[in-house]
Amino acid sequence: MAGNIWVFAEHWRGSLTDLTYECLALGRDLADQSKVSLEAVLVGHGVQTLADNLGVADSVLSVDDAELAEPESSRTAAILAALAKERAPQAILIPQSNISLSISSWLAAQLGVDAVNGCRDLRIADGRLVADCTLYGGKMEASVAPKGTPAILNIWPGSRPAERGRSTKKPARKDVSVTLAAVPTPHFRKYLEPEAGDVDITQKDVLIAVGRGIQNEGNLASATELAEMLDGAVCGSRPVIDQGWLPLSRQVGKSGLSVKPKAYLAFGISGAPEHVEGMRDSSLIVAVNSDKQAPIFNVAHVGVVADAMDVIDELSKALQTRKK
Amino acid sequence: MNSLVLMRAVPDVVEELEIAADGKSLDRDAVRAIVCETDDHALEEALILKERHGGTVSVMALDADGVDDILYSALAKGADGAFKIATGEMAQCTRARAALFAAVIANHPVLRSVDLVLTGVQAIDDLDGILAPLVAFAMGRPSIDIVTSVVLGDNGKSAVVAKEFPSGVRGEFDLPLPAVIGIQASEKPPRYVPVTKLRNIMKTAKIESLSVPGGNLPSAPDVLTMNKPRVTSQAEMLDGTPEQISGKLVQLLTERGLL
Repeated sequence: MAGNIWVFAEHWRGSLTDLTYECLALGRDLADQSKVSLEAVLVGHGVQTLADNLGVADSVLSVDDAELAEPESSRTAAILAALAKERAPQAILIPQSNISLSISSWLAAQLGVDAVNGCRDLRIADGRLVADCTLYGGKMEASVAPKGTPAILNIWPGSRPAERGRSTKKPARKDVSVTLAAVPTPHFRKYLEPEAGDVDITQKDVLIAVGRGIQNEGNLASATELAEMLDGAVCGSRPVIDQGWLPLSRQVGKSGLSVKPKAYLAFGISGAPEHVEGMRDSSLIVAVNSDKQAPIFNVAHVGVVADAMDVIDELSKALQTRKK
Repeated sequence: MNSLVLMRAVPDVVEELEIAADGKSLDRDAVRAIVCETDDHALEEALILKERHGGTVSVMALDADGVDDILYSALAKGADGAFKIATGEMAQCTRARAALFAAVIANHPVLRSVDLVLTGVQAIDDLDGILAPLVAFAMGRPSIDIVTSVVLGDNGKSAVVAKEFPSGVRGEFDLPLPAVIGIQASEKPPRYVPVTKLRNIMKTAKIESLSVPGGNLPSAPDVLTMNKPRVTSQAEMLDGTPEQISGKLVQLLTERGLL
Protein backbone atom coordinates (compact mmCIF):
# COMPACT_ATOMS: atom_id res chain seq x y z
CA MET A 1 0.00 0.00 0.00
CA ALA A 2 1.30 3.43 -0.91
CA GLY A 3 2.51 5.57 1.94
CA ASN A 4 0.99 8.86 2.98
CA ILE A 5 1.75 12.26 1.54
CA TRP A 6 3.74 14.55 3.82
CA VAL A 7 3.98 18.31 3.78
CA PHE A 8 6.82 19.95 5.68
CA ALA A 9 5.15 22.81 7.56
CA GLU A 10 7.53 25.71 7.06
CA HIS A 11 7.28 28.48 9.61
CA TRP A 12 9.29 31.56 10.34
CA ARG A 13 9.18 34.01 13.20
CA GLY A 14 6.17 32.33 14.75
CA SER A 15 3.94 31.98 11.71
CA LEU A 16 3.36 29.38 9.04
CA THR A 17 4.36 30.70 5.62
CA ASP A 18 1.93 31.17 2.74
CA LEU A 19 3.94 28.60 0.81
CA THR A 20 3.14 26.02 3.47
CA TYR A 21 -0.57 26.56 2.82
CA GLU A 22 0.00 26.27 -0.93
CA CYS A 23 1.85 22.98 -0.33
CA LEU A 24 -1.00 21.75 1.86
CA ALA A 25 -3.51 22.44 -0.93
CA LEU A 26 -1.30 20.66 -3.47
CA GLY A 27 -0.64 17.79 -1.06
CA ARG A 28 -4.38 17.46 -0.40
CA ASP A 29 -5.06 16.99 -4.11
CA LEU A 30 -2.28 14.42 -4.44
CA ALA A 31 -3.35 12.51 -1.32
CA ASP A 32 -6.96 12.40 -2.55
CA GLN A 33 -5.84 11.14 -5.95
CA SER A 34 -3.67 8.49 -4.27
CA LYS A 35 -6.40 7.66 -1.71
CA VAL A 36 -3.98 8.07 1.19
CA SER A 37 -3.78 10.45 4.13
CA LEU A 38 -2.16 13.87 4.11
CA GLU A 39 0.14 14.50 7.05
CA ALA A 40 1.81 17.76 7.94
CA VAL A 41 5.17 17.55 9.70
CA LEU A 42 5.90 20.41 12.06
CA VAL A 43 9.48 20.74 13.30
CA GLY A 44 10.78 23.55 15.50
CA HIS A 45 10.92 24.76 19.07
CA GLY A 46 7.92 26.17 20.89
CA VAL A 47 5.77 26.24 17.79
CA GLN A 48 3.55 23.24 18.40
CA THR A 49 0.37 25.32 18.61
CA LEU A 50 0.84 26.12 14.92
CA ALA A 51 -0.47 22.61 14.31
CA ASP A 52 -3.96 24.01 14.91
CA ASN A 53 -3.63 25.93 11.63
CA LEU A 54 -2.79 22.86 9.56
CA GLY A 55 -6.35 21.54 9.33
CA VAL A 56 -6.24 20.75 5.62
CA ALA A 57 -4.01 17.86 6.65
CA ASP A 58 -5.58 14.77 8.20
CA SER A 59 -3.02 14.79 10.97
CA VAL A 60 0.12 16.52 12.16
CA LEU A 61 3.39 14.96 13.29
CA SER A 62 5.03 17.44 15.62
CA VAL A 63 8.66 17.44 16.77
CA ASP A 64 9.80 19.93 19.41
CA ASP A 65 13.57 20.33 19.10
CA ALA A 66 15.35 22.84 21.31
CA GLU A 67 18.13 23.23 18.72
CA LEU A 68 15.64 24.50 16.16
CA ALA A 69 14.40 27.70 17.71
CA GLU A 70 15.41 29.18 14.36
CA PRO A 71 15.46 27.33 11.01
CA GLU A 72 18.51 25.20 10.17
CA SER A 73 18.26 22.88 7.21
CA SER A 74 20.63 20.00 7.94
CA ARG A 75 19.20 19.27 11.40
CA THR A 76 15.64 19.65 10.14
CA ALA A 77 16.41 17.22 7.33
CA ALA A 78 17.96 14.73 9.75
CA ILE A 79 14.73 14.77 11.79
CA LEU A 80 12.60 14.33 8.66
CA ALA A 81 14.84 11.49 7.49
CA ALA A 82 14.52 9.67 10.81
CA LEU A 83 10.73 10.01 10.72
CA ALA A 84 10.54 8.96 7.07
CA LYS A 85 12.57 5.81 7.72
CA GLU A 86 10.09 4.81 10.42
CA ARG A 87 6.87 5.78 8.69
CA ALA A 88 7.57 5.38 4.95
CA PRO A 89 5.66 8.23 3.28
CA GLN A 90 5.46 8.07 -0.51
CA ALA A 91 6.25 11.75 -1.00
CA ILE A 92 7.47 14.71 1.06
CA LEU A 93 6.52 18.18 -0.17
CA ILE A 94 8.92 20.92 0.92
CA PRO A 95 8.48 24.64 0.23
CA GLN A 96 11.21 25.87 -2.14
CA SER A 97 11.92 29.08 -0.31
CA ASN A 98 14.96 30.81 1.08
CA ILE A 99 14.01 29.42 4.49
CA SER A 100 13.91 25.76 3.46
CA LEU A 101 15.74 25.47 0.12
CA SER A 102 18.44 23.03 1.12
CA ILE A 103 16.31 20.72 3.31
CA SER A 104 15.35 18.64 0.28
CA SER A 105 18.96 18.06 -0.77
CA TRP A 106 20.04 17.02 2.73
CA LEU A 107 17.02 14.74 2.93
CA ALA A 108 17.59 13.19 -0.50
CA ALA A 109 21.24 12.54 0.39
CA GLN A 110 20.33 10.91 3.70
CA LEU A 111 17.63 8.71 2.19
CA GLY A 112 19.45 7.98 -1.09
CA VAL A 113 16.52 9.09 -3.24
CA ASP A 114 15.82 11.80 -5.79
CA ALA A 115 14.89 15.34 -4.95
CA VAL A 116 13.09 17.31 -7.65
CA ASN A 117 13.33 21.11 -7.82
CA GLY A 118 10.80 23.61 -9.09
CA CYS A 119 7.64 21.49 -8.82
CA ARG A 120 4.53 23.36 -9.94
CA ASP A 121 2.11 20.44 -9.99
CA LEU A 122 2.00 16.80 -8.88
CA ARG A 123 -0.06 13.91 -10.14
CA ILE A 124 -0.23 10.14 -10.36
CA ALA A 125 0.11 8.91 -13.94
CA ASP A 126 0.31 5.24 -14.91
CA GLY A 127 0.91 4.40 -11.28
CA ARG A 128 3.91 6.75 -10.96
CA LEU A 129 4.18 10.02 -9.17
CA VAL A 130 4.93 12.70 -11.77
CA ALA A 131 6.09 16.24 -10.99
CA ASP A 132 5.58 19.03 -13.50
CA CYS A 133 8.55 21.32 -13.00
CA THR A 134 9.95 24.63 -14.08
CA LEU A 135 13.55 24.64 -15.29
CA TYR A 136 16.13 27.03 -16.68
CA GLY A 137 14.77 30.11 -15.00
CA GLY A 138 11.26 29.49 -16.28
CA LYS A 139 12.34 28.98 -19.91
CA MET A 140 11.53 25.24 -19.92
CA GLU A 141 9.05 22.88 -18.30
CA ALA A 142 9.54 19.18 -17.68
CA SER A 143 7.50 16.27 -16.41
CA VAL A 144 9.70 14.26 -14.09
CA ALA A 145 9.24 10.91 -12.36
CA PRO A 146 11.54 10.76 -9.32
CA LYS A 147 13.23 7.49 -8.43
CA GLY A 148 13.05 6.01 -4.96
CA THR A 149 10.63 6.39 -2.10
CA PRO A 150 9.86 8.81 -0.68
CA ALA A 151 9.97 11.32 -3.51
CA ILE A 152 11.40 14.59 -2.21
CA LEU A 153 9.60 17.44 -3.92
CA ASN A 154 10.62 21.08 -3.76
CA ILE A 155 7.44 23.07 -4.37
CA TRP A 156 7.53 26.43 -6.14
CA PRO A 157 5.22 29.23 -5.06
CA GLY A 158 1.99 29.41 -7.03
CA SER A 159 1.11 25.71 -7.36
CA ARG A 160 -2.22 26.25 -5.61
CA PRO A 161 -3.91 29.24 -3.96
CA ALA A 162 -2.80 29.53 -0.35
CA GLU A 163 -6.44 29.99 0.68
CA ARG A 164 -7.17 26.40 -0.35
CA GLY A 165 -4.60 25.26 2.20
CA ARG A 166 -6.28 27.00 5.12
CA SER A 167 -8.96 25.46 7.29
CA THR A 168 -10.62 26.15 10.61
CA LYS A 169 -10.60 22.44 11.39
CA LYS A 170 -8.10 21.37 14.04
CA PRO A 171 -6.20 18.29 12.94
CA ALA A 172 -5.10 15.49 15.23
CA ARG A 173 -1.58 16.23 16.49
CA LYS A 174 0.88 13.55 17.40
CA ASP A 175 3.95 14.71 19.31
CA VAL A 176 6.99 12.61 18.55
CA SER A 177 10.62 12.85 19.58
CA VAL A 178 13.69 12.14 17.51
CA THR A 179 17.17 11.58 18.88
CA LEU A 180 20.00 12.62 16.62
CA ALA A 181 23.71 11.97 16.79
CA ALA A 182 25.72 15.08 17.61
CA VAL A 183 27.20 16.52 14.43
CA PRO A 184 28.57 20.00 13.72
CA THR A 185 25.87 22.28 12.33
CA PRO A 186 25.55 26.02 11.75
CA HIS A 187 24.60 27.79 14.97
CA PHE A 188 22.18 30.73 14.81
CA ARG A 189 23.47 34.02 16.32
CA LYS A 190 21.00 36.75 15.42
CA TYR A 191 18.87 38.29 12.72
CA LEU A 192 20.15 41.24 10.74
CA GLU A 193 17.17 43.43 9.87
CA PRO A 194 17.23 45.19 6.49
CA GLU A 195 18.58 48.69 6.50
CA ALA A 196 15.90 51.22 5.68
CA GLY A 197 16.41 52.53 2.18
CA ASP A 198 16.02 56.09 1.05
CA VAL A 199 12.65 55.08 -0.43
CA ASP A 200 10.10 52.51 0.74
CA ILE A 201 9.16 50.83 -2.53
CA THR A 202 6.27 49.00 -0.89
CA GLN A 203 4.49 52.36 -0.44
CA LYS A 204 4.78 53.65 -4.01
CA ASP A 205 1.83 53.64 -6.43
CA VAL A 206 4.13 53.34 -9.43
CA LEU A 207 7.29 51.27 -9.68
CA ILE A 208 9.76 51.27 -12.56
CA ALA A 209 11.40 47.87 -12.26
CA VAL A 210 14.59 47.16 -14.14
CA GLY A 211 16.41 43.93 -14.89
CA ARG A 212 19.45 42.71 -16.73
CA GLY A 213 17.85 43.91 -19.98
CA ILE A 214 18.78 47.52 -19.27
CA GLN A 215 22.29 46.29 -20.08
CA ASN A 216 24.44 48.56 -17.94
CA GLU A 217 24.44 50.69 -14.83
CA GLY A 218 24.64 53.88 -16.87
CA ASN A 219 21.11 53.27 -18.12
CA LEU A 220 19.75 53.38 -14.60
CA ALA A 221 19.65 57.19 -14.74
CA SER A 222 17.01 57.08 -17.50
CA ALA A 223 14.87 54.68 -15.48
CA THR A 224 15.20 56.90 -12.41
CA GLU A 225 14.17 59.95 -14.41
CA LEU A 226 11.09 58.10 -15.68
CA ALA A 227 10.18 57.01 -12.15
CA GLU A 228 10.44 60.58 -10.90
CA MET A 229 8.13 61.82 -13.64
CA LEU A 230 5.54 59.28 -12.47
CA ASP A 231 6.09 60.10 -8.78
CA GLY A 232 7.28 56.54 -8.40
CA ALA A 233 10.53 54.77 -7.59
CA VAL A 234 13.02 52.51 -9.31
CA CYS A 235 13.37 48.92 -8.13
CA GLY A 236 15.03 45.88 -9.60
CA SER A 237 15.33 42.14 -9.99
CA ARG A 238 18.09 40.11 -8.38
CA PRO A 239 20.82 40.48 -11.05
CA VAL A 240 20.62 44.26 -10.85
CA ILE A 241 21.03 44.18 -7.07
CA ASP A 242 23.84 41.61 -7.16
CA GLN A 243 25.74 43.79 -9.62
CA GLY A 244 25.55 46.62 -7.10
CA TRP A 245 23.52 48.86 -9.43
CA LEU A 246 20.74 49.27 -6.84
CA PRO A 247 20.72 48.70 -3.05
CA LEU A 248 19.07 45.68 -1.44
CA SER A 249 16.21 47.92 -0.26
CA ARG A 250 15.13 48.16 -3.92
CA GLN A 251 15.04 44.42 -4.61
CA VAL A 252 11.69 42.86 -5.51
CA GLY A 253 11.26 39.13 -5.20
CA LYS A 254 11.76 36.12 -2.99
CA SER A 255 14.77 37.49 -1.15
CA GLY A 256 13.68 41.09 -1.38
CA LEU A 257 10.40 42.85 -0.90
CA SER A 258 6.91 41.98 -2.05
CA VAL A 259 5.14 44.92 -3.66
CA LYS A 260 1.58 45.60 -4.82
CA PRO A 261 1.68 48.99 -6.57
CA LYS A 262 -1.08 50.35 -8.77
CA ALA A 263 1.32 50.08 -11.71
CA TYR A 264 4.46 47.94 -12.02
CA LEU A 265 6.38 48.70 -15.20
CA ALA A 266 8.99 45.97 -15.73
CA PHE A 267 11.78 46.80 -18.17
CA GLY A 268 14.20 44.09 -19.26
CA ILE A 269 13.08 41.64 -16.59
CA SER A 270 12.76 38.06 -17.80
CA GLY A 271 10.32 37.05 -15.07
CA ALA A 272 12.17 34.35 -13.17
CA PRO A 273 9.83 32.76 -10.61
CA GLU A 274 11.84 34.28 -7.75
CA HIS A 275 11.05 37.76 -9.05
CA VAL A 276 7.43 37.13 -9.97
CA GLU A 277 6.76 35.97 -6.41
CA GLY A 278 7.32 39.52 -5.22
CA MET A 279 5.22 41.47 -7.75
CA ARG A 280 2.50 39.23 -9.13
CA ASP A 281 -0.23 40.94 -7.07
CA SER A 282 0.38 44.39 -8.58
CA SER A 283 -2.82 45.99 -9.92
CA LEU A 284 -1.33 46.67 -13.35
CA ILE A 285 1.76 44.94 -14.71
CA VAL A 286 3.35 46.26 -17.89
CA ALA A 287 6.25 44.16 -19.19
CA VAL A 288 8.74 45.35 -21.79
CA ASN A 289 11.22 42.75 -22.99
CA SER A 290 12.97 42.04 -26.27
CA ASP A 291 12.43 38.28 -25.82
CA LYS A 292 8.87 37.40 -26.79
CA GLN A 293 9.21 34.12 -24.87
CA ALA A 294 10.12 35.84 -21.60
CA PRO A 295 8.06 34.35 -18.73
CA ILE A 296 7.27 37.86 -17.48
CA PHE A 297 4.58 38.05 -20.19
CA ASN A 298 2.68 35.27 -18.42
CA VAL A 299 1.96 37.54 -15.46
CA ALA A 300 1.77 40.86 -17.30
CA HIS A 301 -1.51 42.58 -18.10
CA VAL A 302 0.10 44.56 -20.89
CA GLY A 303 3.13 43.38 -22.84
CA VAL A 304 5.56 45.00 -25.25
CA VAL A 305 8.20 43.13 -27.23
CA ALA A 306 10.86 45.81 -27.62
CA ASP A 307 14.18 47.02 -26.33
CA ALA A 308 13.68 48.20 -22.76
CA MET A 309 15.78 51.34 -23.11
CA ASP A 310 14.02 52.43 -26.32
CA VAL A 311 10.66 52.38 -24.53
CA ILE A 312 12.01 54.03 -21.37
CA ASP A 313 13.43 56.89 -23.42
CA GLU A 314 10.32 57.35 -25.55
CA LEU A 315 7.98 57.13 -22.57
CA SER A 316 10.02 59.78 -20.77
CA LYS A 317 9.80 62.02 -23.85
CA ALA A 318 6.04 61.48 -24.08
CA LEU A 319 5.57 62.39 -20.42
CA GLN A 320 7.73 65.49 -20.80
CA THR A 321 5.67 66.58 -23.82
CA ARG A 322 2.46 65.99 -21.93
CA LYS A 323 3.71 68.10 -19.02
CA LYS A 324 4.42 71.14 -21.22
CA MET B 1 41.87 30.43 5.22
CA ASN B 2 42.22 28.09 2.26
CA SER B 3 39.20 27.86 -0.01
CA LEU B 4 38.10 25.71 -2.91
CA VAL B 5 35.42 27.01 -5.28
CA LEU B 6 33.34 24.56 -7.30
CA MET B 7 32.38 26.11 -10.63
CA ARG B 8 29.97 25.03 -13.34
CA ALA B 9 29.30 25.83 -16.98
CA VAL B 10 25.58 26.30 -17.57
CA PRO B 11 23.41 27.19 -20.58
CA ASP B 12 23.00 30.90 -21.22
CA VAL B 13 19.23 31.23 -20.83
CA VAL B 14 19.26 34.71 -22.32
CA GLU B 15 19.53 32.88 -25.64
CA GLU B 16 16.71 30.93 -27.26
CA LEU B 17 16.66 27.44 -25.77
CA GLU B 18 15.90 24.37 -27.88
CA ILE B 19 14.83 20.88 -26.91
CA ALA B 20 17.00 17.97 -28.06
CA ALA B 21 15.72 15.32 -30.46
CA ASP B 22 14.87 12.97 -27.57
CA GLY B 23 12.19 15.44 -26.43
CA LYS B 24 13.43 15.12 -22.86
CA SER B 25 16.50 17.30 -22.61
CA LEU B 26 17.98 20.61 -23.59
CA ASP B 27 19.88 20.77 -26.87
CA ARG B 28 23.17 21.91 -25.37
CA ASP B 29 24.83 22.21 -28.79
CA ALA B 30 22.35 24.95 -29.65
CA VAL B 31 23.15 27.13 -26.70
CA ARG B 32 26.22 28.93 -25.41
CA ALA B 33 27.78 27.80 -22.13
CA ILE B 34 28.54 30.46 -19.55
CA VAL B 35 29.74 30.42 -15.97
CA CYS B 36 27.02 29.74 -13.41
CA GLU B 37 26.27 33.20 -12.08
CA THR B 38 26.20 32.26 -8.40
CA ASP B 39 29.46 30.28 -8.82
CA ASP B 40 31.03 33.51 -10.04
CA HIS B 41 29.82 35.15 -6.84
CA ALA B 42 31.24 32.22 -4.83
CA LEU B 43 34.63 32.83 -6.46
CA GLU B 44 34.41 36.52 -5.65
CA GLU B 45 33.61 35.78 -2.00
CA ALA B 46 36.58 33.37 -1.81
CA LEU B 47 38.87 36.05 -3.26
CA ILE B 48 37.52 38.57 -0.73
CA LEU B 49 38.27 36.04 2.05
CA LYS B 50 41.81 35.61 0.73
CA GLU B 51 42.34 39.37 0.72
CA ARG B 52 40.88 39.66 4.21
CA HIS B 53 42.49 36.68 5.95
CA GLY B 54 45.26 35.39 3.65
CA GLY B 55 45.45 31.81 2.42
CA THR B 56 44.75 30.40 -1.03
CA VAL B 57 41.87 30.02 -3.45
CA SER B 58 41.61 27.00 -5.72
CA VAL B 59 38.93 26.44 -8.32
CA MET B 60 37.56 23.17 -9.65
CA ALA B 61 35.10 22.26 -12.39
CA LEU B 62 33.77 19.20 -14.14
CA ASP B 63 34.94 18.97 -17.73
CA ALA B 64 32.40 20.41 -20.15
CA ASP B 65 32.20 22.92 -22.97
CA GLY B 66 33.28 26.33 -21.77
CA VAL B 67 34.97 25.10 -18.59
CA ASP B 68 38.54 26.02 -19.60
CA ASP B 69 37.49 29.63 -20.14
CA ILE B 70 35.80 29.68 -16.74
CA LEU B 71 38.89 28.28 -14.98
CA TYR B 72 41.34 30.58 -16.78
CA SER B 73 39.12 33.53 -15.93
CA ALA B 74 39.20 32.49 -12.27
CA LEU B 75 43.01 32.31 -12.37
CA ALA B 76 43.13 35.76 -13.96
CA LYS B 77 40.96 37.10 -11.16
CA GLY B 78 43.38 35.82 -8.53
CA ALA B 79 42.79 32.12 -7.94
CA ASP B 80 45.99 30.23 -7.08
CA GLY B 81 45.24 26.92 -8.77
CA ALA B 82 42.71 25.41 -11.17
CA PHE B 83 41.57 21.81 -11.43
CA LYS B 84 39.41 20.10 -14.02
CA ILE B 85 37.77 16.75 -13.40
CA ALA B 86 38.40 14.87 -16.61
CA THR B 87 35.58 12.42 -15.98
CA GLY B 88 33.09 15.21 -15.45
CA GLU B 89 30.90 14.20 -18.35
CA MET B 90 29.86 11.13 -16.33
CA ALA B 91 27.83 13.37 -14.08
CA GLN B 92 24.39 13.91 -15.56
CA CYS B 93 22.62 15.34 -12.54
CA THR B 94 23.33 17.43 -9.47
CA ARG B 95 23.62 14.42 -7.14
CA ALA B 96 26.17 12.84 -9.48
CA ARG B 97 28.12 16.09 -9.79
CA ALA B 98 28.22 16.33 -6.01
CA ALA B 99 29.46 12.75 -5.73
CA LEU B 100 32.26 13.40 -8.23
CA PHE B 101 33.35 16.64 -6.60
CA ALA B 102 33.34 15.03 -3.15
CA ALA B 103 35.31 11.98 -4.34
CA VAL B 104 37.98 14.09 -6.04
CA ILE B 105 38.35 16.39 -3.04
CA ALA B 106 38.63 13.46 -0.64
CA ASN B 107 41.38 11.86 -2.77
CA HIS B 108 43.44 14.99 -3.28
CA PRO B 109 46.36 15.43 -0.86
CA VAL B 110 45.95 19.21 -0.59
CA LEU B 111 42.34 19.99 -1.43
CA ARG B 112 40.94 17.55 1.11
CA SER B 113 42.13 19.82 3.91
CA VAL B 114 40.74 23.15 2.67
CA ASP B 115 38.85 25.15 5.29
CA LEU B 116 35.98 26.08 3.02
CA VAL B 117 34.38 24.68 -0.08
CA LEU B 118 32.25 27.34 -1.75
CA THR B 119 29.89 27.10 -4.69
CA GLY B 120 26.88 28.91 -6.06
CA VAL B 121 23.68 28.20 -4.22
CA GLN B 122 21.78 27.03 -7.26
CA ALA B 123 22.63 26.53 -10.92
CA ILE B 124 20.06 27.25 -13.60
CA ASP B 125 20.14 23.58 -14.65
CA ASP B 126 19.87 22.01 -11.19
CA LEU B 127 16.93 19.62 -11.37
CA ASP B 128 17.60 17.27 -8.46
CA GLY B 129 18.61 19.32 -5.45
CA ILE B 130 21.44 21.79 -5.01
CA LEU B 131 25.16 21.21 -4.90
CA ALA B 132 26.45 22.54 -1.56
CA PRO B 133 24.44 20.34 0.85
CA LEU B 134 24.96 17.28 -1.37
CA VAL B 135 28.74 17.81 -1.35
CA ALA B 136 28.66 18.57 2.37
CA PHE B 137 26.78 15.35 3.13
CA ALA B 138 29.25 13.30 1.08
CA MET B 139 32.19 14.97 2.84
CA GLY B 140 30.63 14.83 6.31
CA ARG B 141 30.88 18.58 6.76
CA PRO B 142 28.42 21.20 7.96
CA SER B 143 26.94 23.51 5.37
CA ILE B 144 24.71 26.52 4.93
CA ASP B 145 23.12 28.03 1.84
CA ILE B 146 21.88 31.32 0.40
CA VAL B 147 24.86 33.06 1.94
CA THR B 148 25.81 36.68 1.20
CA SER B 149 28.88 37.23 3.37
CA VAL B 150 31.57 35.17 5.10
CA VAL B 151 34.06 36.30 7.76
CA LEU B 152 36.54 34.12 9.64
CA GLY B 153 35.59 33.89 13.32
CA ASP B 154 37.87 35.17 16.09
CA ASN B 155 38.91 31.67 17.10
CA GLY B 156 39.82 30.69 13.55
CA LYS B 157 37.75 27.53 13.95
CA SER B 158 34.49 28.88 12.59
CA ALA B 159 33.18 31.34 10.05
CA VAL B 160 30.48 33.92 10.68
CA VAL B 161 28.12 33.85 7.72
CA ALA B 162 25.00 35.78 6.74
CA LYS B 163 22.17 33.80 5.16
CA GLU B 164 19.20 35.36 3.41
CA PHE B 165 15.70 34.99 4.78
CA PRO B 166 12.52 36.58 3.37
CA SER B 167 11.83 40.31 3.16
CA GLY B 168 15.46 41.42 3.13
CA VAL B 169 16.17 39.89 6.56
CA ARG B 170 19.42 37.97 6.98
CA GLY B 171 20.39 35.51 9.66
CA GLU B 172 23.88 35.43 11.12
CA PHE B 173 25.26 31.96 11.87
CA ASP B 174 28.46 30.49 13.31
CA LEU B 175 29.62 27.81 10.91
CA PRO B 176 32.15 25.30 12.29
CA LEU B 177 35.11 24.76 9.93
CA PRO B 178 35.84 22.93 7.72
CA ALA B 179 32.54 23.49 5.94
CA VAL B 180 30.72 23.90 2.65
CA ILE B 181 28.88 27.09 1.71
CA GLY B 182 26.33 27.84 -1.01
CA ILE B 183 26.78 31.48 -2.01
CA GLN B 184 23.84 33.52 -3.29
CA ALA B 185 25.69 36.77 -3.78
CA SER B 186 29.15 38.02 -2.84
CA GLU B 187 29.68 41.08 -0.69
CA LYS B 188 30.82 42.98 -3.78
CA PRO B 189 29.96 42.33 -7.45
CA PRO B 190 32.29 39.84 -9.16
CA ARG B 191 35.45 41.55 -10.36
CA TYR B 192 36.14 42.24 -14.00
CA VAL B 193 39.06 40.64 -15.83
CA PRO B 194 40.73 42.67 -18.59
CA VAL B 195 41.01 40.66 -21.80
CA THR B 196 44.76 41.21 -21.98
CA LYS B 197 45.22 39.71 -18.51
CA LEU B 198 43.05 36.75 -19.42
CA ARG B 199 45.01 36.12 -22.62
CA ASN B 200 48.26 36.26 -20.69
CA ILE B 201 47.02 33.77 -18.10
CA MET B 202 45.90 31.41 -20.86
CA LYS B 203 49.45 31.40 -22.19
CA THR B 204 51.24 30.99 -18.87
CA ALA B 205 48.98 29.18 -16.41
CA LYS B 206 48.06 25.52 -16.37
CA ILE B 207 44.84 23.78 -15.50
CA GLU B 208 45.54 20.52 -13.67
CA SER B 209 43.46 17.61 -14.90
CA LEU B 210 42.18 15.14 -12.31
CA SER B 211 40.25 11.95 -12.75
CA VAL B 212 38.32 9.60 -10.53
CA PRO B 213 37.86 5.87 -10.96
CA GLY B 214 34.68 4.90 -12.75
CA GLY B 215 31.89 3.70 -10.56
CA ASN B 216 28.25 3.97 -9.91
CA LEU B 217 27.07 7.54 -9.77
CA PRO B 218 23.55 8.60 -8.92
CA SER B 219 21.45 8.87 -12.06
CA ALA B 220 19.14 11.73 -12.90
CA PRO B 221 15.42 11.62 -12.14
CA ASP B 222 13.47 10.20 -15.06
CA VAL B 223 12.53 13.14 -17.28
CA LEU B 224 9.45 12.02 -19.22
CA THR B 225 8.98 15.09 -21.39
CA MET B 226 10.39 18.58 -21.75
CA ASN B 227 8.66 21.47 -23.43
CA LYS B 228 8.77 25.20 -23.71
CA PRO B 229 6.24 26.78 -21.38
CA ARG B 230 2.76 26.97 -22.81
CA VAL B 231 1.72 30.49 -23.57
CA THR B 232 -0.57 31.33 -20.71
CA SER B 233 -0.30 35.04 -21.17
CA GLN B 234 -3.51 37.00 -21.04
CA ALA B 235 -1.51 40.16 -21.65
CA GLU B 236 -2.69 42.69 -24.15
CA MET B 237 0.32 43.00 -26.45
CA LEU B 238 1.08 46.49 -27.73
CA ASP B 239 2.61 46.83 -31.21
CA GLY B 240 4.19 49.73 -32.98
CA THR B 241 7.25 51.89 -32.80
CA PRO B 242 8.62 52.80 -29.33
CA GLU B 243 7.03 56.22 -29.84
CA GLN B 244 3.60 54.73 -30.62
CA ILE B 245 3.89 52.30 -27.72
CA SER B 246 4.79 55.12 -25.34
CA GLY B 247 1.68 57.00 -26.43
CA LYS B 248 -0.44 53.97 -25.60
CA LEU B 249 1.25 53.59 -22.20
CA VAL B 250 0.62 57.24 -21.37
CA GLN B 251 -3.05 56.72 -22.25
CA LEU B 252 -3.18 53.60 -20.07
CA LEU B 253 -1.59 55.33 -17.08
CA THR B 254 -3.98 58.25 -17.53
CA GLU B 255 -6.99 55.92 -17.57
CA ARG B 256 -5.74 54.40 -14.31
CA GLY B 257 -5.55 57.82 -12.69
CA LEU B 258 -1.79 57.66 -12.36
CA LEU B 259 -1.06 60.79 -14.39
